[in-house]
Amino acid sequence: MRTPLRPLARILQARQEGLNPDTIEKENLKLRHEAMREKARGRAQFRLLILCASFVMAFGAIGARMGLMAATEPQEPRASAPGAEIIAQRADITDRNGRVLATNMTTHALYAHPKVMVDPKGTAQRLAEIFPELDAKALERRFTDGRSFVWIRKVLSPEQMQKVHEIGDPGLLFGPREMRLYPNGTLAAHVLGGTSFGAEGVHSAEVIGTAGIEKALDARLRDPGQGGKPLTLSIDLTLQSTIEEVLAAGMGMLNAKGAAAILMDARTGEILALASLPTFDPNDRPNPLVDKNAEPGDSPLFNRAVQGVYELGSTFKIFAAAQAMELGLVTPETMVDANAPMQWGKHKIKEFEGKNYGPLLSVTDVIAKSSNVGTAHIALMIGPLRQQAFLKSLGFFEPTPVELIEAPGAKPLIPKKWPEIVTITTSYGHGMSASPMHLAAAYAAIANGGVMIKPTLLKREGQTTGVRVMSEKTAHDSVAMLRRVVTEGTASLGDVPGYEVAGKTGTADKPKKTGGYYKDKVVNTFASMFPASNPQYVLIVTLDEPQDDTLSETRRTAGWTAVPVAAEIIRRVAPLMGLRPKLEPVAVDAVTAASN
Amino acid sequence: MRPVLYVLSFLALIALGFWAYRENYATQAALKEVEALQRQIVGLREALTVQKAEWAYLNRPDRLRELATANFDRLGLLPMEPSQFGTAAQVAYPAPKLPDVSFTQDVQGTMSGTELDTGPEAGTGAEGL
Repeated sequence: MRTPLRPLARILQARQEGLNPDTIEKENLKLRHEAMREKARGRAQFRLLILCASFVMAFGAIGARMGLMAATEPQEPRASAPGAEIIAQRADITDRNGRVLATNMTTHALYAHPKVMVDPKGTAQRLAEIFPELDAKALERRFTDGRSFVWIRKVLSPEQMQKVHEIGDPGLLFGPREMRLYPNGTLAAHVLGGTSFGAEGVHSAEVIGTAGIEKALDARLRDPGQGGKPLTLSIDLTLQSTIEEVLAAGMGMLNAKGAAAILMDARTGEILALASLPTFDPNDRPNPLVDKNAEPGDSPLFNRAVQGVYELGSTFKIFAAAQAMELGLVTPETMVDANAPMQWGKHKIKEFEGKNYGPLLSVTDVIAKSSNVGTAHIALMIGPLRQQAFLKSLGFFEPTPVELIEAPGAKPLIPKKWPEIVTITTSYGHGMSASPMHLAAAYAAIANGGVMIKPTLLKREGQTTGVRVMSEKTAHDSVAMLRRVVTEGTASLGDVPGYEVAGKTGTADKPKKTGGYYKDKVVNTFASMFPASNPQYVLIVTLDEPQDDTLSETRRTAGWTAVPVAAEIIRRVAPLMGLRPKLEPVAVDAVTAASN
Repeated sequence: MRPVLYVLSFLALIALGFWAYRENYATQAALKEVEALQRQIVGLREALTVQKAEWAYLNRPDRLRELATANFDRLGLLPMEPSQFGTAAQVAYPAPKLPDVSFTQDVQGTMSGTELDTGPEAGTGAEGL
């Protein structure tokens, strides 16, 4: 209730007593103000309290939520749209037509918790019965020595898993596993390489590439951002299979230690098939050789097409001829000195079996007859510096850029110094070593009209660009020379009717580890392209230590070994690529008429 | 007026509470269904990969080659050869089509010029040529 400022009773009393009634009013006013202030302060304090409380609650809620989120296991949002989830699988690898080369399969790993095992001894015995490679005693020891976790096997087949289920011991547990599967077995094994498990946990294990394209493109294959999109290779499964079949047959017939073949699209640099024999099964990759004295080539893991660095022999001669034509030093008809043997300092350059094709040969015949002396004279016209620059432009000084983990390690062996004698030997492919892949890329440059393109194992989309290394005319003349090698030169067995094969043979003695060369061990190479009128494909066939014993004498030249194998490959492979033979096939009607 | 408003808002509150309760359970049911479907999708995807792998395994060139060899008697399959390419010239020209002969058409003769009866036998005969 509001008290009046001038209560009448007190005013009257004060007047009677002669006091100033105003003081009463002042006093009352003061009291009223004090009360009002009290009230206002109380309200303000209350408001501040509310504000404080709401701030505490707000920040408390946020803090509690943060704490909760930090403390709980991460979880996928339950209501996410299907298909949007990240696919954690390793991407498939397919050939150029989408046929599967490598895929994944879900399987299980087997591990044990020995502490909860009911019967460790019996379990160990029954496990050893299921898996012959396990030792029951060793397993029992591991189950009983007090450890609480034991890995037993990395992958199980469904049948094995069922059998383990039947043991029925609660201490045996399964962990899901992604397993890499190569359904085609040994096919294209050297391209694919292989995989193994990386970090392993109970719930999952990393699959990591160990060789080949699986390792070279490991990051791409494991990238979840790619959404499991398969990696499309340039390899064609059918061609690859055919080439491996023919190559294996040829290798067996010629008693070769190994063989390699590369089929490349000359325009795009796409490798359509890459084979290296002996091969292996990437599903069950053999261990690398541990013996220090063993040559790397003895292991089936060795990729002869990419890692095999050989002296490629006379296949190099065309580069000398092409460069000399490019520089305008010679034309295909120019006669050059080919008088064998040629004396250079203390070195004597001879022809095969001590022949003499001289005294003069045209450049075309130097290539067709594979004259060392003639090539040496052409190389001397070019000179060491220009020769080096040209070979460099053809990629012979660097490892090939192919997408295989083995490729960067396969550096060509280049002589340190380059005196004129090296110029001479290099011109016919000795003293300098490179892989068949290098040769394929360089021959592709000749085949496609003089443009050096990067060889690749990935399917290319659209136009490919490269560096021009020679004029179109030079390339055209070089192809014509290579065609002559097949029609009337050293590779006459390489002619496939209708496909105008052009190519160059190469026979190189294998160098001994102790220096010098073996007399009876050679590496034979046939570098070819077809069809000669418009070369589209390059095929390199290399045989390691072949010999042809079919006739009375043993032959080891490429013309008798690598060339027939290459010819058979072309005969089988060209129709598969839809390449129509040039010759008119014999008309069916005509045959009928004649037989009548 | 005011009490009516209070009653109405209280009723609305109850109605909203009921609706929220139902929505809550409907959402949970939907989430459960999504989870089940996703599990099913994962299972089917896995099965699909296995089938694809099996398809690739059964169609591997080595096996197909062996099968073609084993069944050579019936199929007679051989590797493709260059001689199997033909030319357009090898294909015989299709026989020129004769005009349809029917009862209604007033056919005077065939291409060879002979007169033709418009009877049914003549019609079939012309088509059979």
